[in-house]
Amino acid sequence: MAESKVAVGRAVKARRVSMATGEAIRGYAFISPWIIGLIAFSLGPILASLYLSFTRYTILRPPVFIGHRNYVKLFTDDPLFYTSLYNTAYYTFLAVPLRIAVGFLLALLLNTKIRGMTWFRSMYYLPSVVPVVATSMLWLWIFAPQIGLADFILAKLHLPSPGWLQSETWSKPTLILVGTWGVGRSMVIYLAGLQDVPQVLYEAAQIDGAGPWKRFTHVTIPMMSPTIFFNLVIGIINTFQVFTSAYIMTEGGPINSTLFYNLYAYRHAFSYLHMGYACALSWILFIIVLTLTILIFRSATAWVYYETQ
Amino acid sequence: MRGKDVFGKRAQTRISRGLVSLVLLVGAVPMLAPFLWMLSTALKPLRQIFVYPPVWIPSPVEWENFYRALTYLPFPLFFRNTMTIAIGVIVGSLISNTLVAYGFARLRFPGRDILFIILISTTMIPWMVTLVPVFLLFHKLGWVNTLLPLIVPAYFGTPFYIFLLRQFFRSIPLEISDAAKIDGCSELGIYLRIVLPLSGPVLAVMIIFSFQGVWNDFLRPLVFLNERRMKTLALGLYEFRGLEGGGTQWNLLMAASVLMVMPVILLFASFQRYFIQGVRLSGIKR
Repeated sequence: MAESKVAVGRAVKARRVSMATGEAIRGYAFISPWIIGLIAFSLGPILASLYLSFTRYTILRPPVFIGHRNYVKLFTDDPLFYTSLYNTAYYTFLAVPLRIAVGFLLALLLNTKIRGMTWFRSMYYLPSVVPVVATSMLWLWIFAPQIGLADFILAKLHLPSPGWLQSETWSKPTLILVGTWGVGRSMVIYLAGLQDVPQVLYEAAQIDGAGPWKRFTHVTIPMMSPTIFFNLVIGIINTFQVFTSAYIMTEGGPINSTLFYNLYAYRHAFSYLHMGYACALSWILFIIVLTLTILIFRSATAWVYYETQ
Repeated sequence: MRGKDVFGKRAQTRISRGLVSLVLLVGAVPMLAPFLWMLSTALKPLRQIFVYPPVWIPSPVEWENFYRALTYLPFPLFFRNTMTIAIGVIVGSLISNTLVAYGFARLRFPGRDILFIILISTTMIPWMVTLVPVFLLFHKLGWVNTLLPLIVPAYFGTPFYIFLLRQFFRSIPLEISDAAKIDGCSELGIYLRIVLPLSGPVLAVMIIFSFQGVWNDFLRPLVFLNERRMKTLALGLYEFRGLEGGGTQWNLLMAASVLMVMPVILLFASFQRYFIQGVRLSGIKR
């Protein structure tokens, strides 16, 4: 009697194992396209890029291993490396807080019960929907010296023109301004986050006698901190890689004032065919972005509030 | 249950609402005015571009600028290239992302959660790091200056869409697929006949975003397409400006820009709901 029970138990267990194995096989099968893509387009290239960063490679001839010479050159013999890094940091650390502030503020405004909320939301979202090429051309036209709309408005207000994209000092702020025009996308994310804040918290706070400002700082901000955190991380990662607007609008000028890091690396890769050097540059970028991300994640425990806490 | 109206609910609400509307209205001006200016410039005869003070309403209205812009460069060709890529990418997205998301969402296998974390992490890799080797890969394959580098990767999944779809697939009750299994349905069958048909809205979001992504893409065509006959609209528009040397015909350039922007705006106007939904889903707390 006991033997047959054990036998049945074993048979059931064997069946469960083979079912689980079957499911595992199916699971891997379903995700196989991604696995292949991961190796071919992500992991493989990252490793290849690392290897190439230690070579001199111009496509025309096979790569030549040169050890860490690229990195030495980067740090000691390349002023544009530091220029592009400075430009990118300047741009990122101004643009990201600005975008977060404006996006959040707009979302707050949009979250009130006014008529035409959908219209407003669409209007603010629209600039982030359209192709960057087209809008870059448009803004080039608007910021054209003297004949552009921007200079005209300034002239009407009897203000001097900062020279916009032709000025060494104002070229980056101008690009930041243009970038902020597309704040609609993050605004929508904040709006979704705001609408997810439980109403009961506001009511409870009100019962406790909290005024609108207190409710804002003690309910809205903490509940929104995960969304802000998310936008901060993504924002910094993406903004550090600014490329298209500079490529199209300023080509890095004037006098390298908008030579952003990616633009500089891109030039080495595809204009000068310094593939090895470009890979070294991009790996430095990778490390920088990784470090920034880790720092932000570390700081998160201090100010990001999750409902489970 | 939803958080609304942080600023308070009393009689002052009316005033504050009016104020909010006013601020939003004022803020909407710099959002929309550039588009109007784009259109205005597009319809002007060249001499009116440089008039000072600038005029908003062109006279005469030169509708033929659109035609001239389209023939200045082979835009119909660029359009065809862009659409080819778009269709290829959309098909690839529909196949690969749904399959992969199904695997992550509804099947169990060792390492599933770790692999999913890896999936999410790949979105944070700077594109420049992989660009050179990927370019070299396609170069070795002889695919540079064809549309293939822009289409083929879509058949291997895109992390963002996989994430989106997985969230949705997880919400489909297990009982339904269990019942199908009892009826002898294969996993692929469940995927095809149960999960996919239920996924209309998410698939719509993915299709719309994919199309928008292809239409707007500048970097990847820039890297992989050299000859003019292979170029996409985005590249074509960029080339337009480079053609003139000194005096850009801004009216034609703006006309071309308007034409490039219109389809996306129309798409947005018709499927607004999906756009907003897609963006909201991308902002899900992790």
